[in-house]
Amino acid sequence: MRSKATRTAVTLGSIAAISTLLLTGCTAPSASSSSDTPVTQAEITKAMNTPTTITVWSWVPNFSTEVKQFEAKYPKITVKLSNVGQGLPEYTKLRTAIKAGQGPDVAQIEYQYIPSFQSDLQNLVPYGADKIKADYVSSIWGQVSKNGAVYGIPQDFGPMGNLYRSDILKKAGVTPPATWAEYATAAQTIKDKTGSYISDMPGNDPGQFVGLLWQAGGRPFGYDGKKTVTVNIDSAVDQKVATYWNTLIQKGLVAVDPDFDNDWYQGLASGKYAGWLGAAWGPVFLQGTVAKTSGLWTASPLPQYSATGAQTSSFWGGSADSVLNSSKNKIAAAEFTKFVNHDSTSSLTLATKQSLFPPLKATLASPAFSGQKSDFFGGQTVNALYNTISGTVDPNFQWLPYMDYAYSSFNNTLGKAIADKTDLLAGLKAWQAQVVAYGKQQGFTVKTN
Amino acid sequence: MSSAVASKTAAAASGHPPRRRNESRRNQTVAAYALILPFVIVFLAMLVVPLVYSGVLSFFRTQIVGGTVFVGLSNYVQAVTDPLFLGGVGRMGLFLVIQVPIMLIFALFFALALDSGRVRAAKFIRLAIFVPYAVPAVVATLLWGYIYGSNFGPITQVISALGLQAPNLLSSNLVLGSIMNIVTWEFVGYNMIILFSALRSIPTELYDAAQVDGAGQWRIAWSVKIPAIRPAILLTVIFSIIGSFQLFSEPQLLYNLAPNAIGTAFSPNLYAYNLAFINQNINYAAAIAFLLGLVIMIVSYIVQLTAQRREREQGAA
Repeated sequence: MRSKATRTAVTLGSIAAISTLLLTGCTAPSASSSSDTPVTQAEITKAMNTPTTITVWSWVPNFSTEVKQFEAKYPKITVKLSNVGQGLPEYTKLRTAIKAGQGPDVAQIEYQYIPSFQSDLQNLVPYGADKIKADYVSSIWGQVSKNGAVYGIPQDFGPMGNLYRSDILKKAGVTPPATWAEYATAAQTIKDKTGSYISDMPGNDPGQFVGLLWQAGGRPFGYDGKKTVTVNIDSAVDQKVATYWNTLIQKGLVAVDPDFDNDWYQGLASGKYAGWLGAAWGPVFLQGTVAKTSGLWTASPLPQYSATGAQTSSFWGGSADSVLNSSKNKIAAAEFTKFVNHDSTSSLTLATKQSLFPPLKATLASPAFSGQKSDFFGGQTVNALYNTISGTVDPNFQWLPYMDYAYSSFNNTLGKAIADKTDLLAGLKAWQAQVVAYGKQQGFTVKTN
Repeated sequence: MSSAVASKTAAAASGHPPRRRNESRRNQTVAAYALILPFVIVFLAMLVVPLVYSGVLSFFRTQIVGGTVFVGLSNYVQAVTDPLFLGGVGRMGLFLVIQVPIMLIFALFFALALDSGRVRAAKFIRLAIFVPYAVPAVVATLLWGYIYGSNFGPITQVISALGLQAPNLLSSNLVLGSIMNIVTWEFVGYNMIILFSALRSIPTELYDAAQVDGAGQWRIAWSVKIPAIRPAILLTVIFSIIGSFQLFSEPQLLYNLAPNAIGTAFSPNLYAYNLAFINQNINYAAAIAFLLGLVIMIVSYIVQLTAQRREREQGAA
């Protein structure tokens, strides 16, 4: 056990190393930045013709394709691209780098984490972000902006829908459910007739669950951009959603397996789950992981709470490219974020080659993207469907400035209740309590409604 | 040191003047310091400084709103009433009283069996038992994670094939036992080697004497061998105590497969790690790490003291 004996030392060592950086850097959050006056076109032209190197952190696969397009247009600018991990691993490194004063110029950040980094991000309005606002799906802009400032250029997004195995539904004699009530009935029939679960409700995916709350009208989080947060996880609407899933779990009609691990992929491939409440990036993901079920899938909007009212949906995932306010080359960095996500060629390449679901209206509407027929979905134009769904999302949805904690707390409370098949309402209450306590401990004023 | 003593006596024997002797001793002292210097530098820079620094950090509190303030022992006060920390310590205590005896009894049994010389292919068996220790903990955990898999793991498949309901070995109730199994598998060989080498150093005359007195193999093992290797056994116990409380890699890696069963505070080390990197509460993490060190010291000391007292009592009797 000798090797283990060194671990405390290692833990302490790394904690200390991180903290050294902490103390040397600045920690006080300041929303202000020295340069809020608009950058002139002359300044931009000058900057883009001065030899400059910018560093970019992104986990988009083959992102060098778009980087090359940018460098071709601006030959004086060199882009140093790094993939330091997807999601949380990147944010951990990003925090450390920021505190050490060595952050990149540009970083890819998921929408729900932008408020967590807000004090370190550059407001892009002086760099012309507002001028391209109208080119984006209106519901996405609220995810990158707060109090008139814009903290990133949207890259991809994930309107939620329902992906299901039409062969299993057919075998069970079930018509695709349009409402959540029908979904629950269908779940019973599918379980009785085929043995499959209608879907999996993972206890480790707060992003998906929050998406379901969002669709139902729940607004669990809020942040005024300064010192006040709102934590309203245990609201009446959220309780309604939790009760719904509680019933399905207690009856054994949905599985409670963790998602995105090998067992789960096997479950999707073998028909253990007859469907998946997946976002717009889901179809391509499925094609890659369960290729042998090609042609058996169908995409549809999320089931609704009301059969007659207006359709509603929500976002799950997606990210923006943000400029750090520690960057010494803010103009070049801002131009980069705008180019890769707004230039028609670059955006279309991201959409068609790297399969990012684009929030840029022109790319969404282009026949090369929306017209794509997917064999995996039996010839369905899945992208066009998700484009329609994106119009049904209520953009009024906020995040906390400490989502890392809020999500890890989900896994210990509500997620644990899901996995252990205990009372989800108690889990919801515990989640609320932890997120409130953490907010207070971090010095925020916490409102609970 | 022994060479210094040897040369000193040599110098004295050959009758060199004392002055010369001092000079050579000084040279040797300088050489000794020069030789340990690299170690001291690394020791100070990588262990002492971070340790002191973490100690300092644990007296502060950093908030997203409000910055860093000195809070004295407040982090420690919070920790001793923190159910997540106490839960982790309790879990590791349970781990200690269940897993460590099982592992050490296995290790002792194998060591005695191999030492008895009655096992065929002893060298191969010794290696086979030791090999899991050479497998990195990361690989071992991923391997076992696959074996435990609730849908397609071999254990589940075998039990399902027999028409029985397979237990989910990665569920909240069973995951501690599953981790105990992994750790036992990993470290039986390591402990066995320590005990085995201790057994080899027992003078064989003792066995002859015992045999003359009419003792069988079991009796020799119980009354001669085990008492003779008591210091080695104590060593493995102390190592195991430290190892248990510092459990980290196994739950950390299984987290991906059983996120809700493991959680963020399964073991105190995992809790400190998550506090630092997810909760961004480095100060509190430092306090937790120090308290954990204290717990380990106390438990190790109690075990050592108990063992010594028993030895003294037996010596008196």
